[in-house]
Amino acid sequence: MSTATVEDLTEITAPDRFWNRQRRLGAALVIIGLIAAIVFGSLAESKTAKFTLSEDAEGAALSINGQFGAILFGVVTIAAGAALLAGVAKRWQTWLLGLGIVTFVLSFLCWQVAGKFLPLVDTVSGSLELALPLILGALAGVLCERSGVVNVAIEGQFLMGAFGAALVGTLATSVWAGLISAIVGGVIIAAMLAWLAIRFLVDQVVVGIVLNLFALGVTGFLYERLMQPDALKYNSPPRLPEWKIPGLADIPVIGPVLFDTNLLVWIALILVFVIHFGLKRTRWGLRTRAVGEHPTAADTVGIRVRGLRYMNVLLGGVVAGIGGAYFTLVSTSAFNKNMTAGAGFIALAALIFGRWTPFGALGAALFFGFAQKLANYLSAVGSPVPNQFLNMLPYIATIIAVAGLVGRVRAPAADGVPYVKS
Amino acid sequence: MTTEVAPPEKKEEEPKRETFISLFLQNLWSANTVTVTFLSIFLALVIGAVLIVISDSQVLSYFEYFTSRPSDALNASWDLISQAYADLFKGAIFDPAAFQAWFDGTGTWQAAFGPISETLTYAAPLVFTGLSVAIAFRGGLFNIGGQGQAVIGCVTGGVVGFAVGLPVGLHLLVALLAGFLGGALWGFLPGLLKARTGAHEVITTIMLNYIATLFLSWLILQNGVRDPDRTDAISKTIESSAQLPALPSPLRVHLGIVLAVVATAVVAWLLNKSPFGFELRAVGVNPPAAKTAGMSVAKTYTLLMVIAGGLAGLGGAVQVLGTADKLTAQVAGNIGFDGLLVALLGRNKPWGTLLAAILYGALRAGGNLMQVDAGISLELVTVLQALIVIFIAAPALVKAIFQLRAARSARLGTTMAKGW
Repeated sequence: MSTATVEDLTEITAPDRFWNRQRRLGAALVIIGLIAAIVFGSLAESKTAKFTLSEDAEGAALSINGQFGAILFGVVTIAAGAALLAGVAKRWQTWLLGLGIVTFVLSFLCWQVAGKFLPLVDTVSGSLELALPLILGALAGVLCERSGVVNVAIEGQFLMGAFGAALVGTLATSVWAGLISAIVGGVIIAAMLAWLAIRFLVDQVVVGIVLNLFALGVTGFLYERLMQPDALKYNSPPRLPEWKIPGLADIPVIGPVLFDTNLLVWIALILVFVIHFGLKRTRWGLRTRAVGEHPTAADTVGIRVRGLRYMNVLLGGVVAGIGGAYFTLVSTSAFNKNMTAGAGFIALAALIFGRWTPFGALGAALFFGFAQKLANYLSAVGSPVPNQFLNMLPYIATIIAVAGLVGRVRAPAADGVPYVKS
Repeated sequence: MTTEVAPPEKKEEEPKRETFISLFLQNLWSANTVTVTFLSIFLALVIGAVLIVISDSQVLSYFEYFTSRPSDALNASWDLISQAYADLFKGAIFDPAAFQAWFDGTGTWQAAFGPISETLTYAAPLVFTGLSVAIAFRGGLFNIGGQGQAVIGCVTGGVVGFAVGLPVGLHLLVALLAGFLGGALWGFLPGLLKARTGAHEVITTIMLNYIATLFLSWLILQNGVRDPDRTDAISKTIESSAQLPALPSPLRVHLGIVLAVVATAVVAWLLNKSPFGFELRAVGVNPPAAKTAGMSVAKTYTLLMVIAGGLAGLGGAVQVLGTADKLTAQVAGNIGFDGLLVALLGRNKPWGTLLAAILYGALRAGGNLMQVDAGISLELVTVLQALIVIFIAAPALVKAIFQLRAARSARLGTTMAKGW
């Protein structure tokens, strides 16, 4: 009988097996390191790769010979993998894995940038901007799913948020009214999700998917009826202003990225800390986690399971609605049909890849944002690597993560299971 | 997953004091599946009507003096709504004017049967993707990957259609088979991952959907696939020997709908009569019990996803060989996600799925006329489709709205929620 589920695997894994997780990771790193050193190294031109510390080709830069860099970083990746294979102490494992992956990316960059330049500030701020909706969407997912409600409707919340921000922002000619109605838009979808999933016990994945289509249809319908005929009246929202903090904004690379930017970046980053702290250290967080892992036990000690779930799903709607505002108040200044184009599902991927934790979600979202930014950069400089394959990265990474090939991903135990008081 | 009983049969022997009519009426207003389905469609149409009215500035202006002369606002609303829904009907089923013209000899029979032809054309791929979701559901798997599997089916079916030279007849068969195999491969991956590592199929299939779409958008730009005479991203045209034979133009309905009915019959047989169907239903209801009874849950999951993926792949192939003729980035449209709704509406039963697909095809075909004639966006159809399924999936909601009696023998088909 070859039935093995996640639960079985943990029991099977014996501590003294030779091909344990660390050795498998090490072997994988050695293989990708070899690819980096041999393939990237031989394909790279022997020209200078310039990483400028500004938004363009000017100014101070870190330079390295492209071919040399590709081989050097590939060898470092191999070394990190070899160290893991040799069986170093467990506490070094994460660091070595991180080092291996970072050097692999650097080797790839050296190959691609050889003979050209890559502006670091632009790359970092672009990655953060692309990651912004993903961070907010994934945080919305964290809020819902840690309390046991699967949220596949992030995409729909984004769309409603973006639509609300564009419509009300234009009518009121106020960016703040737009932001608030984005929140309302996210909460509307969240309320439908909560009501159908908690009150009527409908399959949460089904509700999520259907709500996505509903949001797509409603926003598309109203877009074609209202916004398309009269874009000036209904669809020209103001942009969120960019604020520059004097002093801090002058720090190289980090300054312009973090301190000369719009409000949403700060909201997103602060929310990561707040939700992390809230989940770990407050009464609300303990209760949320209890409801998500074992609702019956939580109910026994007097926690209102359904009430807490309602609250968390609605809070998730608030956060996802802010994420939706990104699309119409920050990224572009008009609503368009299906403009989120699957970002909600990448946010879902970031949530899962980040193992249902706020900081994990932040890391995953930044990684996905970087992959997207890199894809844009490569297609702009005419790289032979097709940008579609780079855009696949988030999805492939998530499949690898849920398949347990790298570490183990476990959802909250009661995620998606409706609670019926008996 | 849903396991519900058929709507209550009228008993042959009536209980003493209840007449047949009163029993029938009682059953009619009880929450059986048929009643809930019709009321769901009705509710969706009502909400759609509200959307139509509130998005029309002309009609809204009459509402400004609603208290003084309500008849203006109500008449205008009624005209708008009735025109929209009449168009929906005329575009989907039949247009009395076209029939009249045909009988008078001023019109052609093609025009009279045009609406039905359009409905069946849109329905054909949805039947396949719907069956794909339905059969997976019965085995306890939630196949959200219908979209990706259909896209890969489009790709493999389409590539065989224009890149391989084969005699008429054989070419079509090979292209359809290629579509099936492509989709089957895309279903095999999540099935295998589920069986071997326990990776949840909802997550893996969502991710594979996007990978498939990106792969398609890359593929149509490659030399050998891309049409050299065109500047935009579009593939070569599929050879006529690989296209599904259709009725004479302007009717578009093609052999796909016949294949869809055959596929429904095969799936119905597979589910209800074959040993594998028994196994998959057993696994779907209770995996540990099935395992104890000596069935291999892992093997069933994998094989089930292969079949489900193959069906969705066939849907993609029917789409590209029947109507699209070329690969584009949007060739699969939304047939995978629509298939999900179709399966839910059909309550995961093969023949129910067929009917649901025809209803969705009708909405789509009627929506086209509604857009052209009444100027109401096709997106309204998406809203209607989503709303119908929301109400179907929450029968308790419908029951509460209409104060329905609990059905005597039918259990409401609430989908049983389960976690990641």
